Amino acid sequence: MYGDEIEKLIRTISSFYELTGAEIEIEDYGALPYTIAARFETAYKRIFVHETKEFLLPIKKGLITPTSKDRIRRSRLYLPGNEPKFHINAGLHKPDGIILDLEDSVHPSEKDSARILVRNALRAVNFYGAEKMVRINQLPLGFEDLKSIVPHNVHVILIPKCESKETVIKVNEVINAVKKEKNIRYDIYLMPIIESALGVVNAYEIATASKNICALTIGLEDYTADIGVQRTEAGLESFYARSVIVNAAKAAGVQAIDSVYSDVGNTEGLYKSCLESKALGFEGKGCIHPRQIKITHKAFAPSPPEIEKAKLIVEAFNEARRKSQSVISIGSKMIDPPVVKRALKILESEKQN
Amino acid sequence: MRMIKNKAGRLVPLYVNGIKQIPFKGVDKYKPKGRKAAPAIPSCVDFPEAENKLVKNLKKALELSGLKDGMTISTHHHLRNGDMVTNYLFDVIHSMGIKNIRWFPSASFPCHEHLIKYLEDGTIHHIEGSLNGPLGKYASTGKMEGTGVLRSHGGRYQAIQDGEVHIDIAIIAAPSADKFGNANGLYGKSACGGLGFALADSIYADKVIIVTDNLVDFPCVPWQISGNNVDYVVVVDSIGDPAKIVSGTTEITKSPDRLLIAEYVAEFMDAARILKDGFSFQAGAGGTSLAFIPFIKEKMKQKNIKARFVRGGSTKYLVEMLEEGLTDYILDGQTFDLEGVRSMRENPKHIMTSPFTSYNFHGKGNFASMVDAVVLGATEVDLNFNANVVTHSDGMLLHGIGGWQNCLYAGCTILAVPSFRDRIPVIVDEVTTLCGPGDLIDAVITERGIAVNPARKDLIKKVKKSSLPLRSIADIQEEVYEICGRPAKPKLDKRKVVAVVKWVDGTLLDSVYKAAE
Repeated sequence: MYGDEIEKLIRTISSFYELTGAEIEIEDYGALPYTIAARFETAYKRIFVHETKEFLLPIKKGLITPTSKDRIRRSRLYLPGNEPKFHINAGLHKPDGIILDLEDSVHPSEKDSARILVRNALRAVNFYGAEKMVRINQLPLGFEDLKSIVPHNVHVILIPKCESKETVIKVNEVINAVKKEKNIRYDIYLMPIIESALGVVNAYEIATASKNICALTIGLEDYTADIGVQRTEAGLESFYARSVIVNAAKAAGVQAIDSVYSDVGNTEGLYKSCLESKALGFEGKGCIHPRQIKITHKAFAPSPPEIEKAKLIVEAFNEARRKSQSVISIGSKMIDPPVVKRALKILESEKQN
Repeated sequence: MRMIKNKAGRLVPLYVNGIKQIPFKGVDKYKPKGRKAAPAIPSCVDFPEAENKLVKNLKKALELSGLKDGMTISTHHHLRNGDMVTNYLFDVIHSMGIKNIRWFPSASFPCHEHLIKYLEDGTIHHIEGSLNGPLGKYASTGKMEGTGVLRSHGGRYQAIQDGEVHIDIAIIAAPSADKFGNANGLYGKSACGGLGFALADSIYADKVIIVTDNLVDFPCVPWQISGNNVDYVVVVDSIGDPAKIVSGTTEITKSPDRLLIAEYVAEFMDAARILKDGFSFQAGAGGTSLAFIPFIKEKMKQKNIKARFVRGGSTKYLVEMLEEGLTDYILDGQTFDLEGVRSMRENPKHIMTSPFTSYNFHGKGNFASMVDAVVLGATEVDLNFNANVVTHSDGMLLHGIGGWQNCLYAGCTILAVPSFRDRIPVIVDEVTTLCGPGDLIDAVITERGIAVNPARKDLIKKVKKSSLPLRSIADIQEEVYEICGRPAKPKLDKRKVVAVVKWVDGTLLDSVYKAAE
């Protein structure tokens, strides 16, 4: 049904790369134009390895959305970067963020292909308001990823297996260089993933390594492997590490986000696990299946007493503002500004639920 | 071929396979007059002593039935893709040198690809029944000698009853039978559940042959097919492949997008106040029409309500509802898995139904019209809510109508469809083939939003205050076009009609044209 259109696209890309006299065979399984373009560019660059030009389709309207450092991040859905069929409808499941993954879910031989596809996806796929995150590869491969994706409206970069502040600094250097080169003004935030014993030890210095860090998170599959234990449902083996992450994040004034819950079929287990994360001080969790999102949001939703209390605080805050009072109080109890901020956040997340 | 524009604005042939046709006149506008068709009067004296109707093989039975060139032979699809009888039947017919058979199956399956060689050599002239898979492709590309006639399950019974199709010989595959011809689908190695699709054939055909691989002593009870109507009984080694007759494990989709649609379906039914004590619904066996059941169950438990009856397509999911007390009855049109077969065998509240009771246009009412809500699929739906189930957007015949047209008469007809499949938009400007008039389709539920037919103001009023993503159908289409691009028109040869689609009353609803190979 799209044969003519596909041919037109391939001809456009061919002339972009000044490719002539080539025999091109396309097997159509219903891929969308951004995927076809990415696959063709990959094939081309695998033959002409020194080619650096990028073929970019026009950015689709409505896809440039803002984000902020302290937006709500209850759920972030992992999407394998090289599997376009999982990209298209991901936003319909309403995660707070989506992660286009270039790291563990992409086979080492397909890193080039995934990088191009993710770049195109950032420009073509509507994620319906979800924050757009990309998990890059470990450095130095991650540098290539950054060069490719930074100019295309990515909101958050996830740094895998982060063990020291130097990694964060190096990532930022590349981001800033690309931003300068391409004259990009939007903020790009970082979410380092702590996945080792050393990373846990250095959690605070990582969390404070740069102002654009929005959250600290933990990857428990790798962490438990690093300390040489099995990951269990109860999670006692990671209790210390998770507490350290929460504490470091809070000390640094950034969000603490928990690992993923890997048993997709066990919705009750997921709910319990999220409640436990929340009780430890985490503000969100990773999701590996869209069906986990709703449950995660439900678990991280503020409880009725929390909402009631937040309403009282916000009312007192508004009252004080009306009367131009500098001190906010409920009855005889004084309210500090961070408490007000937290109350506003609770009401905001209640609204989103 | 002389064509005429029908009430739906579609061009249909005046004659199909030499028989004059009536163009579609609008929903419920055409009522045939006269008396029902009837078979010749038999006499019990013609039957052997002790009523032993066993003959040594199918060839003998066909000879005794007076098989001739050009006859109409019917078969049934309760053995689904495991059916071995139909292929064997046509091997025998071919070996007898018979030509130009009109094959009148209740449905065909991919296993019937075997019959393409008999379409090619003239053993079979044409098929009147669903044209799926390889047979659909064969017919779509203009290779079938005659014109295919596509009917719903109810439409098939209408055609038999008003004499539009006279069956010369009905061949009924039976998982259990006795020498008198009593038969059921409940017992034996090829058990399949109900034999409802063969009921009209057993009553109206001139000759009826039972083929079984499980002969039991008289009486074979319950007799879903009554031996009173049967002429001959043939015993074979095997009528089917049990693994393909019932899947054994009909599972709910794991696709997150399908599950999202299913969740919307359940929420929509709730918002539309369909979910109340004593309600009823119809479920299917595939995709979303199965996946909404767990969501419905959860809501029913929360509200502490139960259904009076559910119609299906019975599967383990409906059986669970029956056994958990969430419904009083299952009215079963087709049994899809082993749990369904077991339940029908053991539970008196799991009832076999047939198109006579469920779907029949010539009945004095039917069950499909009594169901509060039905959840159906479609390959395409257009901006006026007209829908297609038989062809894909490239014009290729790939699905049968099944009970789909008949089910449109439910209180609330919901099409649960993805907004696009492999880049092909499901919501289109105009359906490739019209199978269901938009007047009867109340809501289209996709993963990108829900469109309620603007004609259903009552329904809109009920659901508009809900948190459901209600949108206009054009709005959803626009978003899909934004993602997929606008598809090209299918390459069809409008001079060649390969099949026609009948409406439930026997009138011609649309034509299916030759598609590019």
